Amino acid sequence: MTHEHLPDSDIAIDVHGLTKSFGGGPAVVRNLTMQVKRGQIYGFLGPNGSGKTTTLRMLCGLLTPDSGTGTCLGYDIVTQTNLIKQRVGYMTQRFSLYQDLSIRENLEFVGRVYGLASPREAATQAIHRLGLEGRENQLASQLSGGWKQRLALGACILPSPDLLLLDEPTAGVDPKARRDFWNEIHTLAAEGLTVLVSTHYMDEAERCHEIAYIAYGVLLAQGTATSLVDESKLTTWTVTGGNLNGLLAQLEHLPGVDMVAPFGTSLHVASRDGEALARAIAPYQQDANLHWVVAKPTLEDVFIDLMTSAKDNF
Amino acid sequence: MGVFRSSFSRFWAMLVKEFIQVRRDRVSLATMIIVPLMQLMLFGFAINTTPRHMPTAVLVQEDSDVVRSILAAIRNTAFFEVRIVARTEAEIEYLLRSGQVLFVVEIPTGFERAVRRGEMPALLISADATDPVATASAFGALEGVVQSALMHDRVISPNGKTPPPFEIRLHRRYNPAGDSQINIVPGLLGTILTMTTLIFTALSVTREIERGTMESLLAMPIRPVEIMLGKILPYVGVAFVQAILIIAGGYFVFDVPIIGSLPLLAGFLVLFIAANLSMGYTFSTLAQNQLQAIQMSMMFFLPNILLSGFMFPFSGMPLWARVIGECLPLTHFLRIARGIMLKGAGVSDLAQEALALAGLMLIAMMIAVTRFRKTLD
Repeated sequence: MTHEHLPDSDIAIDVHGLTKSFGGGPAVVRNLTMQVKRGQIYGFLGPNGSGKTTTLRMLCGLLTPDSGTGTCLGYDIVTQTNLIKQRVGYMTQRFSLYQDLSIRENLEFVGRVYGLASPREAATQAIHRLGLEGRENQLASQLSGGWKQRLALGACILPSPDLLLLDEPTAGVDPKARRDFWNEIHTLAAEGLTVLVSTHYMDEAERCHEIAYIAYGVLLAQGTATSLVDESKLTTWTVTGGNLNGLLAQLEHLPGVDMVAPFGTSLHVASRDGEALARAIAPYQQDANLHWVVAKPTLEDVFIDLMTSAKDNF
Repeated sequence: MGVFRSSFSRFWAMLVKEFIQVRRDRVSLATMIIVPLMQLMLFGFAINTTPRHMPTAVLVQEDSDVVRSILAAIRNTAFFEVRIVARTEAEIEYLLRSGQVLFVVEIPTGFERAVRRGEMPALLISADATDPVATASAFGALEGVVQSALMHDRVISPNGKTPPPFEIRLHRRYNPAGDSQINIVPGLLGTILTMTTLIFTALSVTREIERGTMESLLAMPIRPVEIMLGKILPYVGVAFVQAILIIAGGYFVFDVPIIGSLPLLAGFLVLFIAANLSMGYTFSTLAQNQLQAIQMSMMFFLPNILLSGFMFPFSGMPLWARVIGECLPLTHFLRIARGIMLKGAGVSDLAQEALALAGLMLIAMMIAVTRFRKTLD
């Protein structure tokens, strides 16, 4: 264990201009620069195939960037990957513990690989922390999706890393298990761990201290959830009542309308140009059946807008 | 009719899908088409059940016309290839025990004089009879050929009706009864172990990749050498237990003798098992999925059976096939197992084979460690 070698900087991840492509194809990650402070939960958002997993893999030494430099916990991400691996817990998107090993055997395996003094003791503690007492001899394959995720997290934090990289940890997990999972992550962050977590879920994004949005391999925005919403130039209206399906089809093609999305019994109509939007919807505001309200854009509105405008640029 | 048609449509859907998948898997496609042809050619030319040019040593204690013409006759049969001229009995013992020669022709002092005097001296031919197939045809050819050569050289009277003026004394060493089981059981020991050990490790890396466990394994601070040794060593124990069962079966059921030292055999067994496990592990790092790993193991296993000297005499193969054979751990282990069990060979007789095994193992391990992908690039 190399605790004493930790640099005293309060930046856990500091990378500049990371670029990565595979087999001569187009770049999956382009010129990515980001900083993550120690002790923060940093959300990494973006559509499928936007380069989130590739970025996480470059940070923990699983992939070598084509160009760009950076450090992770003060270690160089190209030349010091072995040191990074000692201090980083990486939770893969797909469950990657041994299905044919029991919960305890999986945890002890991780403990031994990291050279813990007492893998048995560490596994016992992790089982207690996960609330899996009495089930420790069950095979990992027999666990439900939610429990598998918790076990995978337990295995990641077993060697007490300084940084957690979580790749869509809650995909396909029920809301209750997701909430428990996030409570656990907040507890860990409060204990001083830095967490970089990728996700698709907007409610999870709002649980992060800071978020970054990546699409087509480019980092489009970063900041807190509120600052991202405040800084966006979006004007949003909410409509209720009447025949919303018919309305959606009509609004979609109007000039000045950038985005129309149904939300239950209402429609979100958004635009980057508030005045153009006001002109476009003016005729519909006369309709007595429709009830129009100016709304604050949601984080999702902001991200979908970022993604649409990014698409226009590529 | 309707039932039949919808059933046919489902069957057709499956068939079309399978064809698309096979066509996409280039490596499997190559294995299916090129490999059988290649192997047909390879083994068709390599295998010869009536071997020629078998390694032979001579121990000649006099230099005379008769002796020269006997040696020339032996060479001319094409069954024997005199590779070594020995000086002492001890040297001959070593050459036979270590398997460097299959035959030794011994001509005693005063042979020519004894022939001319009609004393019927003995021409002693010792053969390594552990592989009866390899030596039988050479034995058959020997007597007549030597006699006619001597007549041709007018050493003996050319009328052909007189009995030969000397006696050819054949000495079947190590297996006087010409019992083929004695030879087959040590061979089976090596062949069965080759098959089981290859499969143990051939899937080990590809399985981790296919199950998705490799990604988190690579993110952990563990080195390729550590992964390799950790995956190989448990199976040394498993294969060793298999070896004990086979040897015990050979000893009690087939009466195969164990003349040499058992601890020595055990030591060489461990080396052989480790060499094969390393080969399997290497395939595992080269293959992209479990199917490919199995195909590679099969492609490796076939020459082991055909070119190692297990099924067909090693000395009967052309040079290029023997070169391939020398690259197979089984070839060396067969010499070791037959040497220790049937001939009572010791460390010094088998040192070369042990070195070859260790060399092959280290080469396989080096390829595996360098080919092991430490990243997902």
